[in-house]
Amino acid sequence: MAQGLTKRFGDFVATDSISFEVYKGEIFGFLGANGAGKTTAMKMLCGLSLPSAGKAVVAGFDVHTQAQELKRNIGYMGQKFSLYDDLTIIENIRYYAGIYGLSDLEIKIKSEAMIAQLGLQKEARKLVGSLPAGWKQKVAFSVALLHEPKIVFLDEPTGGVDPITRRQFWDMIYEAADKGTTIFITTHYMDEAEYCDRVSIMVDGKIEALDKPSALRKSFGVATMDEVFYQLARGAKRSE
Amino acid sequence: MTVSGLTKSYGKNQEPAVDGVSFEVSKGELFGLIGPDGAGKTSIFRMLTTLILPDKGSAQVIGYDIVKDFKQIRKRIGYMPGRFSLYPDLTVEENLNFFATVFKTSIKENYHLIEGIYTQIEPFKNRRAGKLSGGMKQKLALCCALIHKPEILFLDEPTTGVDPISRKEFWEMLKRLKAQHITIVVSTPYMDEATLCDRIALMQNGKILSIDKPETMLSSYPQPLFAIKAHNMHRLLLALRNYPNTLSAYAFGEYIHLTFKNEAFSRQNGALHGHAGVSNSYAETSNNGIETSNSYTETSNSNIEPSNLNIETSNSNIEASNSKIEPFNYGKETSNNQTSPLKTETVEKDLIAFLKNQGLTDIEFKPEVAGIEDYFIDLLRS
Repeated sequence: MAQGLTKRFGDFVATDSISFEVYKGEIFGFLGANGAGKTTAMKMLCGLSLPSAGKAVVAGFDVHTQAQELKRNIGYMGQKFSLYDDLTIIENIRYYAGIYGLSDLEIKIKSEAMIAQLGLQKEARKLVGSLPAGWKQKVAFSVALLHEPKIVFLDEPTGGVDPITRRQFWDMIYEAADKGTTIFITTHYMDEAEYCDRVSIMVDGKIEALDKPSALRKSFGVATMDEVFYQLARGAKRSE
Repeated sequence: MTVSGLTKSYGKNQEPAVDGVSFEVSKGELFGLIGPDGAGKTSIFRMLTTLILPDKGSAQVIGYDIVKDFKQIRKRIGYMPGRFSLYPDLTVEENLNFFATVFKTSIKENYHLIEGIYTQIEPFKNRRAGKLSGGMKQKLALCCALIHKPEILFLDEPTTGVDPISRKEFWEMLKRLKAQHITIVVSTPYMDEATLCDRIALMQNGKILSIDKPETMLSSYPQPLFAIKAHNMHRLLLALRNYPNTLSAYAFGEYIHLTFKNEAFSRQNGALHGHAGVSNSYAETSNNGIETSNSYTETSNSNIEPSNLNIETSNSNIEASNSKIEPFNYGKETSNNQTSPLKTETVEKDLIAFLKNQGLTDIEFKPEVAGIEDYFIDLLRS
């Protein structure tokens, strides 16, 4: 939940009093052009940056006062997959599981389960850097879920993979959401916006639209989310 | 441009990055290399722009060999590489001047070529290139690639990572350039951009899977495509993958795109005769195939009511989609239209019954027109 969330850098208002709610188990798409204020907003929601004004509660924690606990209870997958290329899959799992405070036994159980589920038994001891992008993506997502967070933040997770790999990744997202994990995803692939339950579109620091993709398409009278975005962002003053 | 068996590997014992690629591009054509990261697009561009040598194979660009006559090629081509490669500490105008000079021309001489693009960045001509937005950098890079009036333009993923507005504007610029008879070879991972090209090559893992006009690819999509949705996407996907007649089921946003195994559309025996287990328990058929098809004929002749097909949906769309079921585009097999609608309804009824049994509700099912992404997925699957 965010209410009047604002971030200023000097005179520049990067995030301008945004308010919205995301429901448990929802797949929420956080869209906007480069420079619109998405990353700044995400950082506040992840407890990485203090808001200048307004409030936000994520997974039950206040971003102002409980940033540390918040970080322990969310998952995060960054743009470059956030895995270490020069560690093996198993080493990456152990590393992140350790950071999230899992016990040695939990780490053992979870890593075995994860590797089995992804079918990566043969690759478990290979360096992540040697894996194809599609596999890195799936591993990174699973790693972000190791400590069973209530909400996971995905920052532009599906760059440049083939259409089948991309959908296999979305299969994993659907499954996690179905189990009750809330998914907060930013993307500039507008067709991915269609996979979300609801999306918000940021323009010049403000949220200019928030609804189901089908409702947005209808209210703008267009056939694709790409066109919705185009209508909204056309008048934007800020670009990257 | 003619490319023949082009092959390149990086490092020993590695899979080739480019594996025996062959294709031709005609003068004035807008040709697209479409594929994900790692498909080999950038490596192909680097060989064609004479930046690296192939291990095997050959290519001629505007009549010159990429190995023997590389100097001739370099004078006559424009290249926009994947990453921003202009000078960040030179201004917009300085960058443009630099490239013009390197190619022994001036901004004035070929201004007409870049005018449409340059006027958009001209207000920033004294800004350092490194401080431009993504979309502006792109426009500047394009101007610098055009300033010497190249015969052929190579654009390596010019719209990746750029916002949708700039993407759209960029393709409009390309259309205008094409109208000036410049041959353009562009690579992109975006399927929707594929349809903007005259012809495209779909690539993966260093190989070309298919080359043709986008329209031709789409009209040769091998089976009828359907779109389906239900109250829960995840469970619908799982259920569809458990359904014996499913050939493929992939999420496409709100709907899942679905194809059935060919046996379901067999023209030999009428309804799902050969699928004893599943179809008999869910569909209202008798064991005599002919009777079954007769009963469906009646049903289809008298405008189908939603209840007959066991579809629960609050949408009135269902009638609309039923009327779409009639003429099926099987490519050339239009003469067999008579039997197709019957099979579809049979299959649909059986599927809906199965899904309802799995606890799915609010099911919506309709025919769908295949797009390039469907075509690509089909290629990748096979």
